[in-house]
Amino acid sequence: MLIKIQPKSALKTSDITDESVYLQRRQLVKSMGFLGASALIGSAIPKTANAGFFDSKDTDITNFKTTPLTFATDTDNLSLIKTPEQKVISHNNFYEFGAQKHQPAELAQNFKVNPWQLTISGECDNPITLDYDDLTTMFSLEERIYRLRCVEAWSMVIPWIGFSLARLLNKVAPNSSAKYVVFETLHDPKQMPGQDDRRLGGGIAYPYVEALRIDEAMNPLTLMSVGLYGKTLPPQNGAPIRLVVPWKYGFKSIKSIVRIKLVSTKPETTWQKLAPSEYGFYANVNPNHDHPRWSQASERRITSGGLFARNRIETLPFNGYGEQVAHMYKEMDLSKNY
Amino acid sequence: MSKKLTTSNKVFLLKVVIHLAAFLSLLNLYYLAFNDQLGADPVQRVIHFTGIGAFNLLLVTLAVSPIAKKFKLGYLLQVRRLLGLYTFTYAFMHVLNFLAFDLQFAWSLFFNEVVKRPYITIGMITFVLLAALAVTSLNRIKRKMGRSWQKLHNYSYLIAILVSVHFYWSVKSELMSPLFYMLLTLVLLAFRYTKLKALILSIFVNKTR
Repeated sequence: MLIKIQPKSALKTSDITDESVYLQRRQLVKSMGFLGASALIGSAIPKTANAGFFDSKDTDITNFKTTPLTFATDTDNLSLIKTPEQKVISHNNFYEFGAQKHQPAELAQNFKVNPWQLTISGECDNPITLDYDDLTTMFSLEERIYRLRCVEAWSMVIPWIGFSLARLLNKVAPNSSAKYVVFETLHDPKQMPGQDDRRLGGGIAYPYVEALRIDEAMNPLTLMSVGLYGKTLPPQNGAPIRLVVPWKYGFKSIKSIVRIKLVSTKPETTWQKLAPSEYGFYANVNPNHDHPRWSQASERRITSGGLFARNRIETLPFNGYGEQVAHMYKEMDLSKNY
Repeated sequence: MSKKLTTSNKVFLLKVVIHLAAFLSLLNLYYLAFNDQLGADPVQRVIHFTGIGAFNLLLVTLAVSPIAKKFKLGYLLQVRRLLGLYTFTYAFMHVLNFLAFDLQFAWSLFFNEVVKRPYITIGMITFVLLAALAVTSLNRIKRKMGRSWQKLHNYSYLIAILVSVHFYWSVKSELMSPLFYMLLTLVLLAFRYTKLKALILSIFVNKTR
């Protein structure tokens, strides 16, 4: 399916990570280690043995092997300036592997994605279970260059590879009671150290659960992603399969999914349960509804460039995807249903 | 060797160590950040580093007098001002990072955030208090201020409490580190139990007068 996206916020020419940046990755990791020596002043409390500054010197964040994928390229969004690949794969909110953004890249490298099982069940006629190979072969893959807006007011532009969730849902044939779709991340504390350690795991409940209304799940923009930048997903980005809902805050886009369930009643989701006044069920990107503790009116787009990168931009309603999704919320008061 | 060191030499060496640790850390931080070698989001990293760094330095500053008393190392008191000034420097960079690199000099947004977000409001109040202590740390001013100097500098205890609240309030969900810092703060304040009690009572007495 070809999806035409004409973002009013269209940016300039394409900016694929150039090789020199990519080749610097070792140096980058090393320099983080150098910082480790001076972290005396800046580090928080003494780190546990497996976390933080001090071992980053020896951590190769590209230890996990990704493989190239075959897919239809996204030619509609070439105007978006992509976030360099190195940044996409080293700046992650994936508390299962540590609540600090550099930790997932360091702690997820030995994550096992094969074998994998993804079960789709609940209110449907043909429940199925997909194996690892099915994830990339069951549907033709396409590239989708999407903006990703984190609830923490930073954003990226990422070339995802995947297929519309709608195609998968059509396969299981939801019945008329299917009103919501619930997603669940793998629960495996042996592999995901944050699930067993309140400090490392940021004190949220595991397994991580997210959900969409059925019409949101069926929207053509809603993507099941199995790759980024032309290759299978690295574990820190949610390998082997994750959700991408580009008009919602990033925490809705749940990673490393093992279960999808069609249900009839509105489920509780991880962040919403933890702090209902801060994180709503819908979590649509909305510059007019602030997080209680910070403004959502603008965001910092993470691209290349150091401290002096002038990258603060206005946040758009529905993250700029209003044309495709605003109709689903016409009758709703978005300041109440945040 | 160390027996032969005079007190002033010890103070000098200690100051050199403090300068090296605190200043080189900052230098290294900004060198990496300006060259985009500090992870994917150097802005967030410099904000966190200077913020937590300021808190660490504040706690070290507050630990000086209990340690000096307990181990009878009176000369330690002579590095307190330097530690305090570095605490202020880190706090200053913390605020500057937020304004210059995160908000990128969107002044109206800055003022809005300071007024609207309680944790930032508290952070700013703390920073203003710290600035007052830093400015009045010059010997000349100290002498001029006489007794009121100590009164003003007693605010360091309030600062420590406000900073713990600011830290606790700023995080999304990981509460262990802020709670640990809160505990450290309380421990350091507990050493001043008698003094704090007198301070609190004096406020009360003044009010009822």
